[in-house]
Amino acid sequence: MSKLDVSRRGLLRTGAVTGAGLALPTIFTAQSAAAFTNDPTGGSVTLGFNVPQTGPYADEGADELRAYELAVDHLNGDGDGGMLNSFSSKALEGSGILGKKVEYVTGDTQTKSDAARASAKSMIEKDGAIMISGGSSSGVAIAVQGLCQEAGVIFMAGLTHSNDTTGKDKKANGFRHFFNAYMSGAALAPVLKNLYGDDRKAYHLTADYTWGWTQEESIKAATEALGWETVNTVKTPLAATDFSSYIAPVLNSGADVLILNHYGGNMVNSLTNAVQFGLRDKVVNGKNFEIVVPLYSRLMAKGAGANVKGIHGSTNWHWSLQDEGSKAFVRSFGTKYGFPPSQAAHTCYVQTLLYADAVQRAGSFNPCAVAEALEGFEFDGMGNGKTLYRADDHQCFKDVLVVRGKENPTSEFDLLEVVEVTPREQVEYAPDHPMFAGGQLGSCNPGA
Amino acid sequence: MFGLDKKDTSLLMIVAVLTLFAPFILNPFPTGSGLAQFNAGYPDLMQRFVIFGIFAIGFNILFGLTGYLSFGHAAFLGVGSYSAVWMFKLLSMNVLPAILLSVIISGLFALVIGFISLRRSGIYFSILTLAFAQMSFSLAYSVLTPITNGETGLQLTLDDPRVLGVTATADGSIPVTNLFGLEMRGTYEMAVGPWAFQFNIGYYLCALVLIAAFYLAIRIFRSPFGMMLRAVKSNQQRMNYTGLNSKPYTLAAFVISGMYAGLAGGLMASMDPLAGAERMQWTASGEVVLMTILGGAGTLIGPVLGAGFIKYFENIFSKINDNVLHGWFSFMPDGLEDFVVFIVHPFIGKGWHLTLGILFMLVVIYLPGGLVEGGQRIAGWIKGNKQSDAQQSETKPAE
Amino acid sequence: MDAFLLQILNGLDKGSAYALIALGLTLIFGTLGVVNFAHGALFMIGAFCAVTVQKILSLSVETIDPDKTDFLGNPLKVKTPYVENWFGPDIGGTIIDWSVPLAILFAIPIMIAVGFIMERGLIKHFYKRPHADQILVTFGLAIVLQEVIKYFYGANPIPTPAPDALNGVANLGAIIGMDLIYPVWRIVYFCFACLIISGVFAFLQFTTFGMVVRAGMADRETVGLLGINIDRRFTIMFGIAAAVAGLAGVMYTPINSPNYHMGMDFLVLSFVVVVVGGMGSLPGAVLAGFVLGILESFASMEWAINLIPGINQIIIYLVAIVILLVRPRGLMGRKGVMED
Repeated sequence: MSKLDVSRRGLLRTGAVTGAGLALPTIFTAQSAAAFTNDPTGGSVTLGFNVPQTGPYADEGADELRAYELAVDHLNGDGDGGMLNSFSSKALEGSGILGKKVEYVTGDTQTKSDAARASAKSMIEKDGAIMISGGSSSGVAIAVQGLCQEAGVIFMAGLTHSNDTTGKDKKANGFRHFFNAYMSGAALAPVLKNLYGDDRKAYHLTADYTWGWTQEESIKAATEALGWETVNTVKTPLAATDFSSYIAPVLNSGADVLILNHYGGNMVNSLTNAVQFGLRDKVVNGKNFEIVVPLYSRLMAKGAGANVKGIHGSTNWHWSLQDEGSKAFVRSFGTKYGFPPSQAAHTCYVQTLLYADAVQRAGSFNPCAVAEALEGFEFDGMGNGKTLYRADDHQCFKDVLVVRGKENPTSEFDLLEVVEVTPREQVEYAPDHPMFAGGQLGSCNPGA
Repeated sequence: MFGLDKKDTSLLMIVAVLTLFAPFILNPFPTGSGLAQFNAGYPDLMQRFVIFGIFAIGFNILFGLTGYLSFGHAAFLGVGSYSAVWMFKLLSMNVLPAILLSVIISGLFALVIGFISLRRSGIYFSILTLAFAQMSFSLAYSVLTPITNGETGLQLTLDDPRVLGVTATADGSIPVTNLFGLEMRGTYEMAVGPWAFQFNIGYYLCALVLIAAFYLAIRIFRSPFGMMLRAVKSNQQRMNYTGLNSKPYTLAAFVISGMYAGLAGGLMASMDPLAGAERMQWTASGEVVLMTILGGAGTLIGPVLGAGFIKYFENIFSKINDNVLHGWFSFMPDGLEDFVVFIVHPFIGKGWHLTLGILFMLVVIYLPGGLVEGGQRIAGWIKGNKQSDAQQSETKPAE
Repeated sequence: MDAFLLQILNGLDKGSAYALIALGLTLIFGTLGVVNFAHGALFMIGAFCAVTVQKILSLSVETIDPDKTDFLGNPLKVKTPYVENWFGPDIGGTIIDWSVPLAILFAIPIMIAVGFIMERGLIKHFYKRPHADQILVTFGLAIVLQEVIKYFYGANPIPTPAPDALNGVANLGAIIGMDLIYPVWRIVYFCFACLIISGVFAFLQFTTFGMVVRAGMADRETVGLLGINIDRRFTIMFGIAAAVAGLAGVMYTPINSPNYHMGMDFLVLSFVVVVVGGMGSLPGAVLAGFVLGILESFASMEWAINLIPGINQIIIYLVAIVILLVRPRGLMGRKGVMED
């Protein structure tokens, strides 16, 4: 009984403190209580997965969510571990992050910057999310990245391809694993040269918003460097559903290559329309007319059906890759869900692991420590070969895939085949490249 | 009080109490509990409640009083947001000039659009406003990108001039919006037992503006001007025959309601300095129509209720996923649990649009007067019950 | 010159879809006096009838091909459609290939049924309610229908190609000695639209039923007083309007792969078309559909965009504003319809 030496005085004091704690609201500013926003204090840590669940990109968002769930499973030590086995950094042990169990909340971006920010805010303010990830368009990614910078949490971008995300709108708290428009151009150009020669006349149809413009700029620069001539660039409204009136002028423009800077539903429709107008069977200037879709998405390409056959483009990742990391990921994803993952799923999965790994290595959830651990981090085994998270702009540099619509698909997932893996050196650029100029990272914000 | 009769005063008081105590009212469930999912008492959503409340009140001044159904009101909200963000970029991070400018600019914008659109009435007026708003949206998304930053939305950057402020803070970040130094994002957290209540400065600014806006709306509703607007609704022709020119009145109502929208836009930008083009899309205009009708068009408090209802759905229901569902129903046997989750699944998370659509239809079908009518019916039913109880107790002894 | 002719063709093609949707909208408005915001959803349901027929026809039996492997390294399951098993790969393949035209047969009863259910189950109760209520309840219905489709078919577009025989291009200019290449299916679509439109007009003009309906549109009460059950006829007209929208949707699927929000994309536009044509005027709706389609095509030409930047984005709305200000009753409308 001697151990339980409770003095009357001590008891009173404890009682009084507890009583005060219950009776008096403890008013404190969030600012002073913690070193950074949403410091996880309990046995778990919450991540926020903010993906489009309604609107035209809902299916892509659903695939991203599946990847996140898988990543959380693997981080918590459930399932077969996926890419944790092939990842070059071995800091993660499948016991959560820093020993804390990983939990997650989900939200709907609706592919609108406003709604995406509202959803991300609710994750930060209500659910105490320490990291936000996801998105399926550049506008949303940039908007949410800006929010995370202000709020002091890390943003791990999902599918965003605009140069601006790590260019003029880059932020110290934001990181992008996905490739960008410049890389698409740099990867595609040599392949296009081999296939179609260096004397071509290109006609661009471009979705009339920021992503479209950066892609047009990038592809134009890359193809003109080959010696191609750009006959014309035409902007199409985002809301356009029928592209016939934009395709028709291509017929008599003298161009022999059509480049479709479209994504999602726009891409499906413009490609379908272009094929309808017989562009693929046309011979111009003594050469076969060709169509190029610089940014391919397998999920969306499915909507264009047989029209994608033989059409070249670039993607960040494809499930048919045969390296250890990709195989491990496809195996765990396929076993759990019954179909192979999309490139959006891949980038989201990898981003989650990279974040967890950075926290583990930094030994802290503090966004500044995490950012430091990610900056200049070089890794392998995540499906794209040796990859570098460049410190100057928080962009990942890795191999880029050039793909082509498959002529004889064996299944409904087997739409694309990898034509070439363009090595990382070829798609690298200086941090102050004019296409990326104009913004600054600023300093990392731990919030609070 | 304040020139209001007793009933209106009590209505204003109710609104004031509801908004000022919202952090408590909206957080009924302890933080750690499973039902915490339904808590709405966090700054961003509370701000949205009151901002869209202001928007809907303004819309109701036009629609509820004059019967003119504008399908392009979101354009004014968007214009307000853009002006406010430009103010932050060019002048200072103080919200006051930004909000003032947004009200003025959207007022001017409404004056021009209203002047043209009000030449027609009925569905023609709706289509005209819709056309103007869609034009604003399309142009803001593409051609006007230098002003609006297109798809991404207008954001603050580290190299904005900010004449009366700093371009960047000492530690190299973008300064935050404030009211004479009072930061809008400042939040005080109060822990009471298992509950955590958040008091946000930005929210209270919005709440005070809402109360003021609501007060103004009551005054407009009760004024001779409001009476004139009602006359427009009931029979404009007869009004014109009596020699009254109704156009200045409707135009004034249009501009006032445009300024309300601009005020909401300015506040929205003050809480979160970003202005996106999709704020002006016709679906956004449709949303405020839904809010007003859902709550009860023509009533004072209805639009605020409707705004809260829709925003609650958008932000709370969309965040419920299967994982959460399994958490709730984990007490059930496995097979039953999966079955229940399977049944509920289409209506939550990515299915929140479906739930909203169904509820919306139900309200329109069964409660033409909106939620306010629902409330009245419930009140009447309770009263009726009491009366019949009383009657019963009175009649019983006679037996 | 070629360019202009091509854009006129494009305009006629786009206009066909606008005209068909606007025609249905006007039929409903003219007969029942209801502003139907769910009309775009009917167009979408029609398109998904085609998707469904394609899916049904491609229902497959799975056989395991041990030589090939799927993405997980397991033996590949090869799918062979039942129809190919039953009729042999050639005929079976052709049946699947022709699924879109076949879907017309499927869509007509389905769409009429959908129209009946909609009118009897919901819209009937809204005749006496204000236009605003009608707009709102049908708008809610549109959301529900579109979300239901999304739940079953996903959000991504689904490819529904035209039959191979109609998939190529034709040289329309050969007759007049010019080079004018145009996709066959788009020509088919235009002809189909003309057929439907003239069918509807002939039905209204030359049948007793049509005559009664027209009389009812002009003066419902008097026709009712003559002892004619005008309500039942109007219900049938609603079914026909739904079928017109649905068929427009079915035939549209090869032009652009259908997705669940295609109805909403067309909805606002088709209202603008109706208003430009004149509320309640059937010929007006058709005319406005084609005119706006052609104007939209012209506006997307380069010289137009260079002249007024962004004109391709706003042309439809600009036209609507001008028409409403200059000629408020629309191109062919009667005065005073829906003014209050």
